[in-house]
Amino acid sequence: MRALLPLALKSAWNRRYSLGLTLLAVTLSVTLLLGIERLRQDARDGFAQAVSGTDLVVGARGSPLQLLLYSVFRMGEASHNLGWDSARALAAHPAVAWTIPLSLGDSHRGYPVLGTTSAYFEHFRFGDRQPLAFAAGQPFAGLFEVVLGAEVARKLGYRPGERITLSHGMGGEGLAEHGDKPFTVVGILAPTGTPVDRTLHIGLEALEAIHLDWQGGAPIPGLNIPPELVKKFDLTPKSVTAVLVGLKSRAAVFAMQRHVADYRDEPLMAVLPGVALSQLWELLGVAEGVLRAVSALAVAAGLAGLVAVVLASLDQRRRELAILRANGARPRDIFLLLALEGGAVTLAGALLGLTLRTVLVLGLGPWVQAEYGLVLRADWPGSGELYALGGVLLAGLLASLLPGWRAYRLSLADGMTPRL
Amino acid sequence: MTTAPLLLLEDLEFRWPGQTEACLDIPALRLEAGEQVFLHGASGSGKSTLLNLVAGVLAPTRGRVEVLGQVLGELSAADRDRFRVDHVGLIFQQFNLIPYLSVLDNVLLPCRFSRRRRERAGDARAAAATLLRHLDLAESLWRRPATQLSVGQQQRVAAARALIGRPELLIADEPTSALDAARQEAFLDLLRRECVDSGAALLFVSHHRRLERGFGRALAMAELNRAPAEAA
Ligand SMILES: Nc1ncnc2c1ncn2[C@@H]1O[C@H](COP(=O)(O)OP(=O)(O)OP(=O)(O)O)[C@@H](O)[C@H]1O
Ligand SMILES: [Mg+2]
Repeated sequence: MRALLPLALKSAWNRRYSLGLTLLAVTLSVTLLLGIERLRQDARDGFAQAVSGTDLVVGARGSPLQLLLYSVFRMGEASHNLGWDSARALAAHPAVAWTIPLSLGDSHRGYPVLGTTSAYFEHFRFGDRQPLAFAAGQPFAGLFEVVLGAEVARKLGYRPGERITLSHGMGGEGLAEHGDKPFTVVGILAPTGTPVDRTLHIGLEALEAIHLDWQGGAPIPGLNIPPELVKKFDLTPKSVTAVLVGLKSRAAVFAMQRHVADYRDEPLMAVLPGVALSQLWELLGVAEGVLRAVSALAVAAGLAGLVAVVLASLDQRRRELAILRANGARPRDIFLLLALEGGAVTLAGALLGLTLRTVLVLGLGPWVQAEYGLVLRADWPGSGELYALGGVLLAGLLASLLPGWRAYRLSLADGMTPRL
Repeated sequence: MTTAPLLLLEDLEFRWPGQTEACLDIPALRLEAGEQVFLHGASGSGKSTLLNLVAGVLAPTRGRVEVLGQVLGELSAADRDRFRVDHVGLIFQQFNLIPYLSVLDNVLLPCRFSRRRRERAGDARAAAATLLRHLDLAESLWRRPATQLSVGQQQRVAAARALIGRPELLIADEPTSALDAARQEAFLDLLRRECVDSGAALLFVSHHRRLERGFGRALAMAELNRAPAEAA
């Protein structure tokens, strides 16, 4: 073995271009495999982290998953709203400890605006039941005040005291502005790694106020209520998108769920976040499976290329192997020499792939987070990735046995006089 | 052990697998330590096959091959490999060197695999340097990759490699066939001198009978081998 290693290295260096290319192929396929695994794991973790401590999400009856995606993750389409009376009745229920009403629909430069109450800053929990913390300022108290998520403030460079205007509706460019009623930034939340970071928070009354002179997505022509006058109107919301509910006792969760489902005034539903999430996993499971299969195939292709290159080199190396045999290398050594080469390229590919995936996560992570709200972590590979790496190494080692075995057979047959 | 001949073949028969006729049928052959033997025969007469049998790469279908008192057939394949590198140096017709190793590393190759050769060489690098110098290879060539040498130079490097660590037997299978006549003579002289210096016996194969001069003994395949020679 000690005799073999320097030889294997020098021999490999002699064929560095073809081996380098196969190493690249293996590296890229491993990067793909690990990247997808990381994406998958972090997406799951991200979803699971986004809401915690909330027992039920209540909304108009419809798709539970859609309600959760929209209200917690700001993804997808708005569901029907539920009436403010229902929300109030819910809050008054004896089993309920707290409620957080959520009202979505407006945006600011692509970031969603959430209408809520101060209960949000008090009761909302994320991750491992962590409360929201302020990096600067405090919750909104006045009407036209806004609290920014960490990323909104960082990306747009806002500080407390800044005055901003909101756009009507979600989406990109060309939205109508609520230009006549600017908001003042009064608080900025500490980063959470959840959709909260990408949200602007205002009071429900403020949301009502900016829509006083609006109807059906456009300002009512000729009607303009200046900010000073809005207080004269009734700013109680008529409806909200969803209500997050915390119960006094978790044991009551199913009873409460039934209670909401049987609510007489309007059709409602109460969703357990965990249950809706597992629905999501089921849905995504197929896509995940396909992605994993594709990346596994890429790895298989990379390893097949590796074996092909090593096998092809074997024909040119018959004489080399015969010379080694004549000078004391045993067929076992020849086997090791070839198997070592494939194994080493696989190992190097796996390590380089891991490095590249880490570099990519570090490099692209902020962009992915900004664009998709997905927090990618560049820390040590998790169990899923370790299994993937182990699988690649095992497959690579097994595949490398093939050229090793063939070289072994050749060197037995050729002895020291190779036929060319 | 002092009485054991260097090489002893007895009642040796070898048939290539799948062949009905024997390729070799040799009643007896004996080589003494330090002897220099010239073996000649027509192309296809089985010279290389015989060398492979002596080196233990091929196993006889009948009879036995004994080197330094050791019957090769009694060794396991792995032990035979070790035995060969410990006691036998080999030179082939052409392309003896590993292209990606330097001249020096090529010479040191047997010392990598054989502890005995390593120990007998003493300071292996110094031994290699001495051999290379004796074989007229300028020091400026030693670090070059083997592929940059002329064919004649390559054969001398191969000779140095076969000699390092003083194996008891040197087997050379037409090592001069790629050289011109003048070079052939010079190479042979060097080789024989070095064999004498290190005490190695030399089994030299060629079909150029004019190279026979200077060898203590010449053997003809036609006389040695009872099997009818195939037309080459
Ligand atoms: N691997 C093999 N399988 C079957 N037959 C073989 C094999 N190698 C050689 N032979 C046969 O054995 C016979 C002797 O071959 P060998 O190579 O020993 O001849 P040689 O005397 O060394 O010839 P040359 O002077 O041309 O090198 C030939 O008839 C050849 O066809
Ligand atoms: Mg021959």
